[in-house]
Amino acid sequence: MSHSAVIPAAGESGKFEFLERGEHHVANGTLLGFWLYLMSDCLVFAALFATYGVLSQNFAGGPTGADLFDLPLVAINTSFLLFSSITYGFAMLQMQQNKLNGTIIWLAITGVFGAAFLGLELYEFYHLLHQGAGPQRSAFLSSFFTLVGTHGLHVSFGIIWLVTLLVQLKKHGLTTANRRRLFCLSMFWHFLDVVWIGVFTIVYLMGSMS
Amino acid sequence: MSEQFELSKLIFGRLSWESIPLHDPIILGTFIMVLLGGGAIVGALTYYKVWSYLWREWITSIDHKRIGVMYMILGIVMLLRGFADAIMMRIHQAMAFGDATGYLPPHHYDQIFTAHGVIMIFFVAMPFVVGLMNYIVPLQIGARDVAFPFLNNLSFWMTAAGAALVMASLFIGEFAKSGWLAYPPLTGILQSPGVGVDYYIWSLQIAGVGTLLSGINFVVTIVKMRAPGMNMMKMPVFVWTALCTNILIVAAFPVLTAVMTLLSLDRYLGMNFFTNDLGGNAMMYVNLIWIWGHPEVYILILPIFGVFSEIVSTYSGKRLFGYSSMVYATLVITILSYLVWLHHFFTMGSGATVNSFFGITTMIISIPTGAKIFNWLFTMYRGRIKFDVPMLWTIGFMITFVIGGMTGVLLAVPPADFVLHNSLFLIAHFHNVIIGGVVFGTFAAITYWYPKVTGYKLDPFWGKASFWCWFIGFYLAFMPLYMLGFMGVTRRMSHFDDPSLQIWFQIALGGAVLIGLGIACFLIQLYVSYKKRDSLRDETGDPWDGRTLEWSTSSPPPKYNFAFTPKVYDNDAWWHMKANGFVRPTSDFLAIHMPKNTAAGIVVAGISTVFGFAMIWHMWLLAGLSFTSLIVTIIIHTFNYKRDYYIPVEEVARTEAQRTEVLA
Repeated sequence: MSHSAVIPAAGESGKFEFLERGEHHVANGTLLGFWLYLMSDCLVFAALFATYGVLSQNFAGGPTGADLFDLPLVAINTSFLLFSSITYGFAMLQMQQNKLNGTIIWLAITGVFGAAFLGLELYEFYHLLHQGAGPQRSAFLSSFFTLVGTHGLHVSFGIIWLVTLLVQLKKHGLTTANRRRLFCLSMFWHFLDVVWIGVFTIVYLMGSMS
Repeated sequence: MSEQFELSKLIFGRLSWESIPLHDPIILGTFIMVLLGGGAIVGALTYYKVWSYLWREWITSIDHKRIGVMYMILGIVMLLRGFADAIMMRIHQAMAFGDATGYLPPHHYDQIFTAHGVIMIFFVAMPFVVGLMNYIVPLQIGARDVAFPFLNNLSFWMTAAGAALVMASLFIGEFAKSGWLAYPPLTGILQSPGVGVDYYIWSLQIAGVGTLLSGINFVVTIVKMRAPGMNMMKMPVFVWTALCTNILIVAAFPVLTAVMTLLSLDRYLGMNFFTNDLGGNAMMYVNLIWIWGHPEVYILILPIFGVFSEIVSTYSGKRLFGYSSMVYATLVITILSYLVWLHHFFTMGSGATVNSFFGITTMIISIPTGAKIFNWLFTMYRGRIKFDVPMLWTIGFMITFVIGGMTGVLLAVPPADFVLHNSLFLIAHFHNVIIGGVVFGTFAAITYWYPKVTGYKLDPFWGKASFWCWFIGFYLAFMPLYMLGFMGVTRRMSHFDDPSLQIWFQIALGGAVLIGLGIACFLIQLYVSYKKRDSLRDETGDPWDGRTLEWSTSSPPPKYNFAFTPKVYDNDAWWHMKANGFVRPTSDFLAIHMPKNTAAGIVVAGISTVFGFAMIWHMWLLAGLSFTSLIVTIIIHTFNYKRDYYIPVEEVARTEAQRTEVLA
């Protein structure tokens, strides 16, 4: 049946070039794939935001956002995270100029800002638990802790990744693979920043007004 | 004394000897059978010394073809388990009338219908669909593998890990008694304090990670790795449907992950998302789970539409009718599948406006689906139809699926749904589309692509026997359920009072037995075809006079799929090559760049299984240890920078020379 695969029809061949005769290089899809992962992660946050939206007024006689939130503290925390995005940007600029040490230094500063953010968030959580406003108290607090906590968990994994990448940069330098990884972590880090702006606005600012 | 008690609780959590259901003769019997069967398989593998071969060539393989086959095997094994659940339910319901209580205690019966649903959707239908895409998509787009071969291996093992946890629940503890979507507050900690719901949560979470990763993998593969010349409107329809399905996976599975997490926070940390008090809202769960759940049914059926498109045009010897309308219909279904979730709970009381919106969007989906049916019919019109087994499945599908689609439109009318909600009519409807669509399509696909995978065709006699058993068995098993649904019989009942209903359940049991014969015929077909493989062998690589690129390479294809990447000019690329005098190259080969095998996938999935098991049984020490080692393993894996190698040019030349010899 498929003998045409072996025996060319007379005079027909040569009309089309059917094969890529050289080595075929496939485009690297890592950045697209990572971007898709971020969008799927974005949907996790979308579900958590939706849940918070539905449950945010269900105080069950417990404290409200206006009772609990310490806006100046959250403002400081937000600035930590926003600064960390800027410093990550500096790290990427250093990478573009092929400066390994500069990249490493800015990356480390980014990690410190991230850790400071996490520290303040843990302090806030501890404070809330201490007041008896834990996640078990009401549906509002369950959704608050879950949304903010999921973001915090992402930042923690981001820091673990960042430290790993620092070691790999020390070991292998700015290789193609490491540049790709820096790009991915960069997208991850900025993504968390964007999500945090949503959290800050919808949870803290709007919550303090209610 | 109490210190010792605390320590054993830290290590073993709530696991104790009482958790092993030795007192239940049915489970004990199954357990012994599984032990004997498993022992026999392990013994045979050891005796024939195939472990190291399996480890090197399959378990650690990142070859999309091998992974595809492993997905299919997982699907077939789990199909047997899911069917065992089904026949047990059918026998029980045919018996349990009046004074007779049937042979299953209610708590066991409830676990069976839950396990049946979970297994059939997550561990049968999903592995089948993902397995088919794994094997076929890279070949059809002229690629050598998927975009992320290691992730592909990891995805498979995560799916298998989820399946392993479900299987473990049979013998250690219990499974959920809540139905396959585990609605709270029934699945909250107050109503379901046992481990059943936790098995459900962790098996879905772990398998869900695998599915999500493979979704991302395939979107990138299809977007980035198509052969030169294959623009989007030259992709085979199966690739299109695979693309849409994987977009749906990426956009739907995160919601499942999120909602399962919320349910586990309720159960593990005493939060109040879906509880009855302290402001919880159980309907939020129902909304979220169906925002995943409705796209999920299209995730299953879209690639199957692609399979039928390939089969209809191949066996009609014609170009597919209405290629672009097929593509747009697929895209419209993809988008609409996100706008219909509320039709699963019209009775929730969202009000007439909301219900009408979702009723109308649901009905609109039948338009692109109908367009597809007409396209297949027009492809067959005036074609030279060959009634091989895949074509039988296809025609069986078209008849059955149209009936299932029409009962779906019936259910989409909110007032009608108020009558039929949660009745056996609904059960009949979704089995009508899932068996008539996904199962028939999977068998069609297996028969169609089997020679590509193994190098020999499947025996047609046993294929036809399997088809007729399934086809007639389906109608016998589910038409009575439509009748019972009209009479108002609700789903998930383990006992009935009205003796006049019994005859319908007995007919349905007959149908289920016939379906069982269909499965048996399929297994016999695999065996017989293997025995007769020399007479069924296909040397050409193109046994059906195919149209797409997978038929241009040998059967089974070499590791690298194509010695040279093909250039594409037409959406029936191989057909076009054949028509224009393509000459197979026999010289000037190049070394081929390929990814290396890795054990990281099965290691990560294995640790995840341990972690899931520890979480289910509240073994906090083990949970902490396994989670830490999971992170450490992944970090160690990232330190491996040497992930690829070149297949030397001599090996390529040797492989291709062998094929030249076979073809001559």
